[in-house]
Amino acid sequence: MTESRAASVLARSGARLVIGIVALVWMALAVYAVNFPALTGRIVDQANIIPAATRSTIEPKLADLEARSGIQLVVATIATLEGQEIEPYANELFRSWKLGEKTKNNGVLLLVAPNEHRVRVEVGYGLEGTLTDALTKVIITNAITPRFKTGDFGGGISRGVDDIITVLTTDASEWQKRPSLRLDNQQTTDPATWLLIAALIALVTLLIVSPGFRWLFLNIALNILVSSAGSSGSGGSSSGGGFSGGGGSSGGGGASGSW
Amino acid sequence: MTKAFSRVRTVFAVVLLGFTVSACGYNNIPTYEEQAKAKWADVQNNYQRRADLIPNLVATVQGYAKQEKDVLTAVVEARAKATQVKIDVSQLTDPAKLKQFQDAQNQLSGALGRLLAVSENYPDLKSNQNFLALQSQLEGTENRITVARRDYIEAVRVYNTELTTFPGLLWAATFFRANKPMAEFAANEGAQTPPQVKF
Repeated sequence: MTESRAASVLARSGARLVIGIVALVWMALAVYAVNFPALTGRIVDQANIIPAATRSTIEPKLADLEARSGIQLVVATIATLEGQEIEPYANELFRSWKLGEKTKNNGVLLLVAPNEHRVRVEVGYGLEGTLTDALTKVIITNAITPRFKTGDFGGGISRGVDDIITVLTTDASEWQKRPSLRLDNQQTTDPATWLLIAALIALVTLLIVSPGFRWLFLNIALNILVSSAGSSGSGGSSSGGGFSGGGGSSGGGGASGSW
Repeated sequence: MTKAFSRVRTVFAVVLLGFTVSACGYNNIPTYEEQAKAKWADVQNNYQRRADLIPNLVATVQGYAKQEKDVLTAVVEARAKATQVKIDVSQLTDPAKLKQFQDAQNQLSGALGRLLAVSENYPDLKSNQNFLALQSQLEGTENRITVARRDYIEAVRVYNTELTTFPGLLWAATFFRANKPMAEFAANEGAQTPPQVKF
């Protein structure tokens, strides 16, 4: 009795095993059906629409935001949505990049699809209360799409990022020290420049006065030149290198717009 | 002394057995079941969130478009019906119950769509700040519903696959005979494409 039962279970299991394998393969195919760009930095400009000047002004702001509050804000432009709507695409991209810390889910993705004329701000679970749907919609309609309409992608993205950062940082107590920090920065820049000038003067004097120092300096300079030539590749990518998502997730918060 | 030693050995053996059993996927069925239930809670929460937005939306539209009484009452009635149909996690294996929930929510989606289409005709309403905020919240909620549904469908697929494939199938046939496969959402046209709440 039990044997026949076991046999029938096994027979069924054979058929189900096949079904299960087929389902797994199909799932694997479905997962890799969409080609997401790699997360190479805080700005992933696959569509190639962000001017270099904009990029260099935004990048420090994004890094600063993460350093201060742990929030990962990433700007991405993509060449094609591959026939998908921007909402599911943004959500899946967010999840595959895992933006934000795992426990806090504090990531934000600004996604631009210039060929489809669509833009979306996807907000991680943890920031839905701060960067609400209504607020993101306001940012998109007021700061981003009017500039995109005139072809000013750099300006739209720049203003959008500024507004998002403002919303994220002025609400909570995360950035309470902001004014004082800014003051500190101004104070520290002055002595630093003076020190640099003093060091330069000392260097030049030493070079003129001491032949032994001249020889040492030449050696060091040569060394640096040789080693930097050898590792110039890694030096170039170090600005975006080492950046990766922290394991955060998103449940479809945010808003989208078109122009 | 030997007695104490044998007790230690028994405890050790039990712990070891526990590890072996869990390595064979004993824990998978309850784990996946809980995950699917949690995803269902997300789905239900997001539908609830939408239902919570509606009274405010109806009140705002009413201020500008009193004559659209039919559309407004249709929304209110559909909302009342949809909030009545609640699915307890133990009822997730019942396809009929799930269909009932689905139908009620779809009816509300339809009524909402008509309300939003009608509000196109009122320029004052369309530029009302409150209405705009509600629109974007509703849009966001619809998108969250889509995401939550997708996650639930995926969790159910994982759970059901575990029940019917090796080695989960062995556990399902022995220890977890009470565990039945969960019902999946019938794929309606709305599930395939994201919500188009155009304003």
